[in-house]
Amino acid sequence: MSENKFTCLHDKHVAQGALMSPFGGFDMPIQYAGIVEEHNAVRNAVGVFDVSHMGEVHITGPEAQKFVNYIFTNDITKMEVGGIQYGMMLYPDGGTVDDLLVYTMGENDYFLVINAANIDKDVAWINEQAANFDVTVDNQSENYGQIAVQGPDAEKKMLEVLNLDCSDLTFYTFKVVDYHGDNIIVSRTGYTGEDGFEVYASHDTIRDMWDMLMTAGVQPCGLGCRDTLRFEVGLPLYGDELTAEITPIMAGFGFFVKLDKEDFIGKDACAQQKADGPAKKLVGLELHDKAIPRHGYEVCNENDEPIGYVTTGYRGISVDKSIAVALVDAAYGKLGTPLRVHIRKKYFDATVVKKKFHDKSYKK
Amino acid sequence: MSKIIDGLYYSESHEFVKVEGDFGYVGITDYAQHELGNVVYVDMPEVDDEVEAGEDFGAVESVKAASDLVSPVSGTVVEVNEALEDEPGLINKDAFENWIIKVELSDKSELDNLMDAEAYKAFIGE
Repeated sequence: MSENKFTCLHDKHVAQGALMSPFGGFDMPIQYAGIVEEHNAVRNAVGVFDVSHMGEVHITGPEAQKFVNYIFTNDITKMEVGGIQYGMMLYPDGGTVDDLLVYTMGENDYFLVINAANIDKDVAWINEQAANFDVTVDNQSENYGQIAVQGPDAEKKMLEVLNLDCSDLTFYTFKVVDYHGDNIIVSRTGYTGEDGFEVYASHDTIRDMWDMLMTAGVQPCGLGCRDTLRFEVGLPLYGDELTAEITPIMAGFGFFVKLDKEDFIGKDACAQQKADGPAKKLVGLELHDKAIPRHGYEVCNENDEPIGYVTTGYRGISVDKSIAVALVDAAYGKLGTPLRVHIRKKYFDATVVKKKFHDKSYKK
Repeated sequence: MSKIIDGLYYSESHEFVKVEGDFGYVGITDYAQHELGNVVYVDMPEVDDEVEAGEDFGAVESVKAASDLVSPVSGTVVEVNEALEDEPGLINKDAFENWIIKVELSDKSELDNLMDAEAYKAFIGE
């Protein structure tokens, strides 16, 4: 086992007394003030996350557009410079390699943002697929730091504290800004269901920005509330809701799989699954009791026969209920279906509901 | 610094027992509640359930994770702290005051296997 890596802000987290824990190969802050307090700061005001663990891969070359469109489920030919798309990279059988963002930097110039835990796997996968294309794949993950400023007050704080006017950015767009000589990327994106921004920059710039945000009293947030925030609004986490065994069709993210575009890896499998209906499906569950469903807990039908498992579960914070997302046999996927969750020694009644437990508040 | 109260018995899994006559009040220590963070649910047994020393009798759940409750003593549950059903966060406010179950002790000699305040203080490294 290799040692956990540190982000460029690691020493600051430790000095500020954050609870640290390994995530995706990095020693990351899980919480500062407490998950509930940080979660509420983001829903009601603003919070900042260190997301420097995320990976960045730059793809350029005469066939960059053709290549990225071949490994990615969304259709990047529909994007202009400054645009961003969410989507997945798939295996030929439709299983998910990773979910990612693609930034269109220029003609045949793309910036891919991938999950920390998948950096090595993804880069190997991308390089393998790139053999037949005239492209250059450049893993820049070590060179970029990244922060996410999230919450209804994010735009105001970006301007007041960091002197970055983001009022011109619409949801899922970005701009490159010369910030004291450093070319940084600022995008209106996030993983919380709230309005917010992500900044990709050199380690030094990210450290300076973090200090300024702390001085201004912006709540530092850990990965604990990042998970509760994204879960409540139905955003998937790779490893839970998307895996090598879970296709985007099973997960209910068919919108990001453009079956009408030219060939891409996993297209046939997804088309087949969409036509036949997937054997398994991700559903939302609401428990009738306060008991809390956790990742991996068994989900049963009314006869207590196992028909699936919980992928993520919590006592909601913005939603005062015990809620979960679960992968179940498709026959049990209809809204309103009564199911049971096996928690320790007991079975608890639950109902299939929408996976979006809390409404997103994006600024479109 | 975690709060530790003299006169209580402590387990290595961070439960405490406060003994009154033939009864013991069982809960989690201040150190444990601090490590857990915001407690959002307490899974408790029912009155008349039997608990056994070293065996699970429920769980305390924070936002992030479920943590098994291990009974430090054997006996019959005669009362559960119903206030925790509506307000599990009471454990964060005062873990010792907000015990979880009251047990009629079947074997008081089991208390000899537990730590006193001084030993527990050393155990948690404070």
